[in-house]
Amino acid sequence: MQYWIIQTLNSLALGGLLFLLAAGFSLIFGLMRIANLTHGSLYMLGAYVGVTILKFVPNLWLAALIGGAVIAIFGGLIERFILRALAGNALGQVLVTLGISFIVADFCLIVWGGDPIPVQTPLALQQPLRVGGVAFPTYRLVVLAIAVVTAVALYLLMERTRIGAMIRAGVDDMQMARAVGIPVSKLFTAVFCLGAGLAGAGGIIGGPIMSAYPGLDADMLPLALIVVMLGGVGSLLGAFVGSFLIGAIYTFGTALLPDLAYVILFLPMIVVIAFRPRGLFGRQTV
Amino acid sequence: MTFNRRRFIQAAGAGLSASALGFPAVARAQSGPIRLGLMTVKTGPLASGGIDMERALVQYLKEHNATMAGRKVELFVGDSGGVPAQSRTKLQELVERDKIQIMIGPLDTASALASDDYIRSQQLLTLSVAAAEDMTQRKPNPWFTRGTSTSSQSAQPLADYCAKTLKYKRMLTIADDIAYGHEMCAGFQRVFEDAGGKIVQKLFPPLTVPDYGTYIAQLKTNVDGIFLGFAGSNGFRFYRQFNEYGLRGKVAVVGGMTAFDEAVLRNMGDEALGIITSCWYSADVENAINKRFVANFRVDWGYDPGFYAAATYVEAAVLDATLQKIHGKIEDKQAFMKTVRAITVDTARGPVRFDHLGNVVGNVYIRRVERKDGRLVNRVIQTYPNVSQFWTYKEAEFLKNPVYSRDWPPAKNLES
Repeated sequence: MQYWIIQTLNSLALGGLLFLLAAGFSLIFGLMRIANLTHGSLYMLGAYVGVTILKFVPNLWLAALIGGAVIAIFGGLIERFILRALAGNALGQVLVTLGISFIVADFCLIVWGGDPIPVQTPLALQQPLRVGGVAFPTYRLVVLAIAVVTAVALYLLMERTRIGAMIRAGVDDMQMARAVGIPVSKLFTAVFCLGAGLAGAGGIIGGPIMSAYPGLDADMLPLALIVVMLGGVGSLLGAFVGSFLIGAIYTFGTALLPDLAYVILFLPMIVVIAFRPRGLFGRQTV
Repeated sequence: MTFNRRRFIQAAGAGLSASALGFPAVARAQSGPIRLGLMTVKTGPLASGGIDMERALVQYLKEHNATMAGRKVELFVGDSGGVPAQSRTKLQELVERDKIQIMIGPLDTASALASDDYIRSQQLLTLSVAAAEDMTQRKPNPWFTRGTSTSSQSAQPLADYCAKTLKYKRMLTIADDIAYGHEMCAGFQRVFEDAGGKIVQKLFPPLTVPDYGTYIAQLKTNVDGIFLGFAGSNGFRFYRQFNEYGLRGKVAVVGGMTAFDEAVLRNMGDEALGIITSCWYSADVENAINKRFVANFRVDWGYDPGFYAAATYVEAAVLDATLQKIHGKIEDKQAFMKTVRAITVDTARGPVRFDHLGNVVGNVYIRRVERKDGRLVNRVIQTYPNVSQFWTYKEAEFLKNPVYSRDWPPAKNLES
């Protein structure tokens, strides 16, 4: 019983972390039709930048905010100066983002070195939470809470604000949105900044669990892809449900069939793409 | 093809120089510099170790005035990125463009395997760091010499230590799901069970698993100890999460030769204190050569050398000693191979010699993480002298068994 409780909490915590990563990816993909392969790199860069910020600002949450802002600006620059020039050229954009991800990886290697760098868990959260003989890392529960709060905030942004309405319009029908005078170009930059910032902040918040290390980008990107494909491109609800679904599938899959870790992870994505190409909650096909 | 004047002159010139200068050219090569190639990894996830390999080798050359057996040594470095296919291409570049005469490397097993047939066809002298068992066991490469350790060579003494000194009876193993992890755990299991212990659980998370939480929740805690067979940064990441779940202090942790390397220790804190690992090297090994190596390395780079730095430093010492014996004539490959497998060399890891398959016989150290001068070190607490890749088993009998793997030796004591 204890085992199942821990694994359930595990799956929720992993789902929360995945949501921070995948929400931005989903928005960017949905609005701009760009499979942004730098997303994993933005996450990793966030983790590394967070490590540096923490040297000056010994507060993880503040570091996540500052780091997220730094990565958001970086993302905005990529969008403005590189991806903008390739508008409509999907293959070119995929290749460019892939190229940037390699450059970021080597940049991180030069600046922060090849050894894994730990991110300290805030002191108050270091002790595992013990309830009736079950010990569970407190920090993971906090990550879960942050993810839920972020999800609610994003939901309000998308459903209750003007800019959210514009983004939804853009996702649903780009040309019509342009025609009715929505400044799609500014919207693109804003969404890209938002997505990049979320990924960067996620890297820092995930830091105490995963550390910052070379290869973190490649470990995270496929997870973001799976979540978004499963949940549906451009759908916040899809990213949310997809994250926790993948968190659960992954956790219980590897617990029950440890040898098939990757099969378990990718099989649901393949099945969904084969039988429901728009994903669980997407309104358009991929 | 048209045969114009320019082409004729070129052809004639080439023929002339070949015939007239051919012999002197060979003679000149003999006294020219030795061309040493280092196949390492300077980009990607394995770069940390790969960069250390280059730093230590450069240091060795600097300390010896870039001279071995009276001949200058020129170093050429190839970066495989840890990608086997790229490793093969870079090696070809080192051989065919830079004309290297001997290679140190590659770092990882997959790259070594990918280069195996090329090494054979080029008869390229190779001093390797990669740990794949069969390259010096069932499929030995006649040009391949390994001065570090097979995957299980350092794990087998640790199993012995766990069973006999620590008196552990029940253990579990967890390692990366790659050949290196399989081989190391298999060797550990065989020796531990032959000494009366039981391996009750074996876990192999994928190499790039993002989160160990699910695996940690599965760990049986009613065991005496856990053996970690991780490589690179994975041991470090696993152990941090292990702590997060409040397991530190509840179950003892022991590690293989790469799990708590010096490179990883320098980013760890007090949580690592007391962990026991085994390796063919430690920056703490007491001998004059190592003292100088560690001191110089610290001056240049500010941290202790670990597994990868020591690897090239030891291989360079082996190369140097072999060249002394054959008076620097690296061109005589047969003599080189015969000599390298017959010599005994004092190195930073202690004395080493080689078996007839080209694998090292040398000390393996049992180490415990302690704090010294404010930093974490792998303090040597016991030395297993002259450990062979076959441990205490007979070579013929050892080689009759299948190579160590996920499924061999079979785990009979698993509990579900």
